[in-house]
Amino acid sequence: MSGSPDRAVVLNDVTFAYDGRPAVQHLSGAFLRGSLTAIVGPNGSGKTTLLKGMVGLLRPADGLIQSARLGGGGIAYLPQQIEIERRFPISVIQTVLLGHWRRIGWAGAATRELRAQAQRALVAVGLEGFERRPIETLSAGQFQRVLFARLIAQDAELILLDEPLAAVDWRTSEDLLRLIVSWHQERRTVVVVLHDLDQVRAYFPETLLLAREPVAWGPTRQVLMPQNLKQARHMSEAWSGEGEHSRPAARLWHAASAPRLDPLPATSLTLPRSQGRDG
Amino acid sequence: MTLYDLALGPFAEFRFMRRALVGCFALALGCGPVGTFLVIRRMSLMGDALSHAVLPGAALGFILGGVSLPAMSFGGAVAGLGVALLSGLVTRLTPLREDASFAAFYLISLALGVLLISTHASNIDLLHLLFGSILAIDDVALVLIGAVASMSLLSLAVIWRPLVLECFDPGFLRAVDGRGGLVHTVFLALVVLNLVAGFQALGTLMAVGLMMLPAAAARFWVRDLLALSATSSALALVSGFLGLLLSYHLDFPSGPSIILVAGVAYCASVLFGPRDSLRAIYSAG
Repeated sequence: MSGSPDRAVVLNDVTFAYDGRPAVQHLSGAFLRGSLTAIVGPNGSGKTTLLKGMVGLLRPADGLIQSARLGGGGIAYLPQQIEIERRFPISVIQTVLLGHWRRIGWAGAATRELRAQAQRALVAVGLEGFERRPIETLSAGQFQRVLFARLIAQDAELILLDEPLAAVDWRTSEDLLRLIVSWHQERRTVVVVLHDLDQVRAYFPETLLLAREPVAWGPTRQVLMPQNLKQARHMSEAWSGEGEHSRPAARLWHAASAPRLDPLPATSLTLPRSQGRDG
Repeated sequence: MTLYDLALGPFAEFRFMRRALVGCFALALGCGPVGTFLVIRRMSLMGDALSHAVLPGAALGFILGGVSLPAMSFGGAVAGLGVALLSGLVTRLTPLREDASFAAFYLISLALGVLLISTHASNIDLLHLLFGSILAIDDVALVLIGAVASMSLLSLAVIWRPLVLECFDPGFLRAVDGRGGLVHTVFLALVVLNLVAGFQALGTLMAVGLMMLPAAAARFWVRDLLALSATSSALALVSGFLGLLLSYHLDFPSGPSIILVAGVAYCASVLFGPRDSLRAIYSAG
């Protein structure tokens, strides 16, 4: 579909709107095959909207999204955890097996080989021995590990993650970041919505800074320059005046993003923001 | 009076009691799993709404076809599916939430049904439609109930996996399967069909009782989805059996008797069930 074989997803002047009000405007660019990209921006800047559009859950109001022909695994998409019914009576291994959906569908059998793959995925996320546990007994961090095991089972070429590290403990956060990097090393195309700019600087070669309109898109070091972050903040203040987006979290992001000048810190990170939320 | 006279005699002696029992058993098979999914999807009140929505169709069938079960059932099914589809449409096309759009259409439907009955039929007919009469179930009704139960179990076997995924993680289902939206529609159709099967026996007001009460009670006994469905069916089955006996011996109307037995089972489960019941919570704490 797309003209160039090295582009996984091409965005051509894409606009998304809710009730006629734009959520993302005039976004053009491409996620290259095998790239690892973070999407950052203030609350309400259209990050989730863009991911949903790339999955095909939302239709752009204008412009064109072209996805390259993907292999068997297709697109793997991890929505924010609030969209998942955590109290549903389903076991850990069954959840991971759902990752094989494209191979088993509505009524196909989960073969021994698929079960073995799901088992290996659980080992990879550090949850060996949790197979039969009901998911409602897991902590937020453990549950996110299960969802990552499901992503591994999906074996997709294009992986889209929406705030995968929100509300997980720092140790889980580190482990999951390591998994994300390993997918990048396997030449998969990975796009992740994130809030923590330290994590972005440490692990993500490419960044898209979004504030309804694209502010900058390219190598992380160049995108997360102070003037860009300042511009994103100004743009978000313009729409915060509309009322519905002026949540405290938006101000937090401003505070975190504005004064920081140090590019690319060393690999060891302290993540006080999410620490201790999860037992 | 021996135990035989108390528990088995009425069924051995009277054909209408045997029919009623078989009807209850068939209803229980379909209602168990359907009710379980309604509870898990937090759609309990939507089942209630749909049960009321069936009324105008059943009334219209009654007015046009007399006391003809096929006519009333067909009318009821059309009205129920109509409300389900219209509500779904409004939910999809406008920001109004599903519960509110359901409430709007079922209220319209209910008012229309009551209006139809009161202008075209006697009060006795209204009572019959609202409360049913399981003791008057004939062969046609049994075949209908049996067909609905069979179809429900077969359909559930086909849509089980996507239905589970739709309850658990709808975003994932939409992302991996383009036909995922179909599952919700099929499920609502199953709810309507089971309500229609139940309304001859229990009436439109109480048909949903055999769906909801056992499913809500089962939640206090088991956790696994299959076990929940099986337990709901078993509880519905026992409620039907005991309710019919109660109705026979004490000369109570059968519908309310069955639902009240299910209600007692529910209350007992909330109080004493092994999982998450009040007893379990307070004896542990």
